[in-house]
Amino acid sequence: MSAQAHADHGAPSSFVRRWLYSTNHKDIGTMYIVFAILAAFIGGGLSVFMRMELMEPGVQYMADGHVWNVFTTAHGLIMVFFVVMPGLIGGFGNWFVPIMIGAPDMAFPRMNNISFWLLPPAFILLLLSAVMDGGAGVGWTIYPPLSAKAGTPGMSMDLAIFSLHLAGASSILGAANFITTIFNMRTPGMTLHKMPLFAWAMLITAFLLLLAVPVLAGAITMLLTDRNFGTTFFIPEGGGDPILFLHLFWFFGHPEVYIMILPAFGIVSHIISTFSKKPIFGYLGMAYAMVSIGFVGFIVWAHHMYTVGLSVDTRAYFTAATMVIAVPTGVKIFSWIATMWGGSITFRTPMLWAIGFIFLFTVGGVTGVVLSNAGLDVVLHNTYYVIAHFHYVLSLGAVFGLFAGFYYWFSKMTGYEYSETLGKLHFWVTFIGVNLTFFPMHFLGLAGMPRRYIDYPDAFAGWNMVASIGSYVSAAGAILFLVVIAQAFIAKRRAADNPYGEGATTLEWQVSSPPPYHTFDELPKIK
Amino acid sequence: MAHLVVNRIVGDEFMAFLAKSLLNQTAQLCASVRRLAVWGAAAFCATLYPMASAQAAQPQPWQMNLQPAAGTMSQMAHDLHNLLLVIITLISLFVLGLLVYVGVRFRASANPNPSKTSHNTVIEILWTVIPVIILVGIAIPSFRLLYYMDRTADTDMVIKVTGNQWYWNYEYPDEGVAFDSYMIDEADLEEGQTRLLSVDNPLVVPADTRIKLLITGNDVMHSFFVPSLAVQVYAFIGRTNEVWIDVPAGKQTYYGQCNQICGINHAYMPIEVRALPRNEYDAWLSTAREEFAMNDAVVEPKTLVLASAN
Repeated sequence: MSAQAHADHGAPSSFVRRWLYSTNHKDIGTMYIVFAILAAFIGGGLSVFMRMELMEPGVQYMADGHVWNVFTTAHGLIMVFFVVMPGLIGGFGNWFVPIMIGAPDMAFPRMNNISFWLLPPAFILLLLSAVMDGGAGVGWTIYPPLSAKAGTPGMSMDLAIFSLHLAGASSILGAANFITTIFNMRTPGMTLHKMPLFAWAMLITAFLLLLAVPVLAGAITMLLTDRNFGTTFFIPEGGGDPILFLHLFWFFGHPEVYIMILPAFGIVSHIISTFSKKPIFGYLGMAYAMVSIGFVGFIVWAHHMYTVGLSVDTRAYFTAATMVIAVPTGVKIFSWIATMWGGSITFRTPMLWAIGFIFLFTVGGVTGVVLSNAGLDVVLHNTYYVIAHFHYVLSLGAVFGLFAGFYYWFSKMTGYEYSETLGKLHFWVTFIGVNLTFFPMHFLGLAGMPRRYIDYPDAFAGWNMVASIGSYVSAAGAILFLVVIAQAFIAKRRAADNPYGEGATTLEWQVSSPPPYHTFDELPKIK
Repeated sequence: MAHLVVNRIVGDEFMAFLAKSLLNQTAQLCASVRRLAVWGAAAFCATLYPMASAQAAQPQPWQMNLQPAAGTMSQMAHDLHNLLLVIITLISLFVLGLLVYVGVRFRASANPNPSKTSHNTVIEILWTVIPVIILVGIAIPSFRLLYYMDRTADTDMVIKVTGNQWYWNYEYPDEGVAFDSYMIDEADLEEGQTRLLSVDNPLVVPADTRIKLLITGNDVMHSFFVPSLAVQVYAFIGRTNEVWIDVPAGKQTYYGQCNQICGINHAYMPIEVRALPRNEYDAWLSTAREEFAMNDAVVEPKTLVLASAN
């Protein structure tokens, strides 16, 4: 993907200097994307294995329920911290935020380097946490007491905590870098209200990261000292409270879901506008919808905790606050459709992913409205309805955003054209596969199937079989994705600087494909 | 009528289409408001809803909706869900319809010259305000259900439920009865028992009774979850949560499962609630008093009182 041969204007020729010591935002972005793809195959592979286990009632492939728990934990943490975040934020953010705002690079290029290079050790620690001492089988939410010494005595949990420490540090450094870059390094004339929506999305995401991740870091550090140094922050026997951990975790965890989706919002906005050959509809509304989603995202965390015994007025507040999020989200959905309205739409691969995103995110969004009702949540909490909901917004939302961005910018990043036929085939196979996987989960959840179960009552067998078949179709889609990349690099069809025509208005389409090692010889002027 | 007015203001085909669909949404909202009146009555009149009869309160093959509701509280949750299901289906189909329409109508071959419209204040206000109205319409029955669920004071009896790795303990503090409830292993299943759901000692309750449940834990977190009774609450060590269940009349068994990851046997600690008519419950209770008598203070004072009467 690096395309050294053509992007070498001034790039160091030594592999170590270019990649290990890299301070170039495009090279670091490339490394993030490659990292995310590798992690996706590990995290996604775990999920396919889980679906194999769930395909029929009974325990087929796994030794016992603990192995299952280790798989769910690793799958969740990998997908959140090592696929979606590095892909959307580290990958596309690094690549395109500086170019879009007309900056020569990120504000702190060396900090950018350490942001990336903290991730591989974090990932290794996480993988070790899944295999050392029997593995950490606690779910990605790592609730004590199960994650405390009494529930998980071995070192696996400590390794998972250290992994999250490193990944969190990486995110915080990256966030500081994006905020500084966007506030200080916009090219003359690029006011905040002229800034492309992807840069807006990254700015808001960076603030969410900066405010949310330290809370997680604090919570898991307290968990670490509970486990190893005799503190009892979360241990009732010592006067602590597990519910405190839930509050801290979700104060991070809820903004985290917006951290994962906001960059995808930005990407989709660009793609819809480009392929409709129209400026984005309601640009300011779109930008401030994201700001308000980011803000409200911080005051809804306890809707993950309706069944822990919160007071009824607290639950009523969180119900109301959660519902509010539907409003700015609706503004975005309708603004995208209004952008397409009256346009001259071409359905190239990125556009398919973007339109798929809009519909599937709507489906995931409306089930979120159902779940926001604290009274109704008692029959849906922790069931497969929730699994269906958050996979519709993440697996079919954030991941569709990842693929949309990947196809949209593939020619820009590599200088090569991918095959439209293969790209579209990849889309349709994935679209059918993920819907087949996750839509039946709504039914399972309504019928009462709890999550994190290695085995289920026989009545759930039918829809589980369908979901498993869907996951195999999705897996075939993932392999097709590799075929698409391989085909592009083998065929080496040169891409134009702007393959999309008049609709592609942002600065990355003004530079060559791939852009030179140092993007701008002189800063572009914005009218 | 209304959409014609809007149409004239903006003079845009999109507006007309959208306004028409929004009118449909409004009609839907009116329907939900009508249902609200019914719910208001339900909250005060528990007998309004006929109880689910002989259907087993456990999941069925290829089931696509909630398990049959048991009790007023559960029925209210079902009604809210069924209302929401209609609303969210309409919204999803509306968005899908718009996407298909723009995809066909404004494809490059059909519309080679794109418009440059990027603002329309009226439509932007509409798609902000109308969702707010829909959400308020949802919030009213939602809050009614939520506060109804919180009325633990009007209950007839108390049962304490303790989550353990990996079984439940049920204690009847007023009866001096406590026992453990383990899942029946697959190899030991008898006729009529369900794999992963049947237990050795079910939680036996009198039918047609409101029962306060005190939920606590002994080790890691668990969650007491019986979907058909619309009850779910976490079980924490060192903390007691209070909920109630509204067990309808009729002999019936309700199944549930632990619903908070609790270690290796998380999937193997189901909940079986067996509702018996009062006379059968009393008969069960008298045998249970002997079989499951608690060796603690609750039983002792009763013996003492008998002694002093002599």
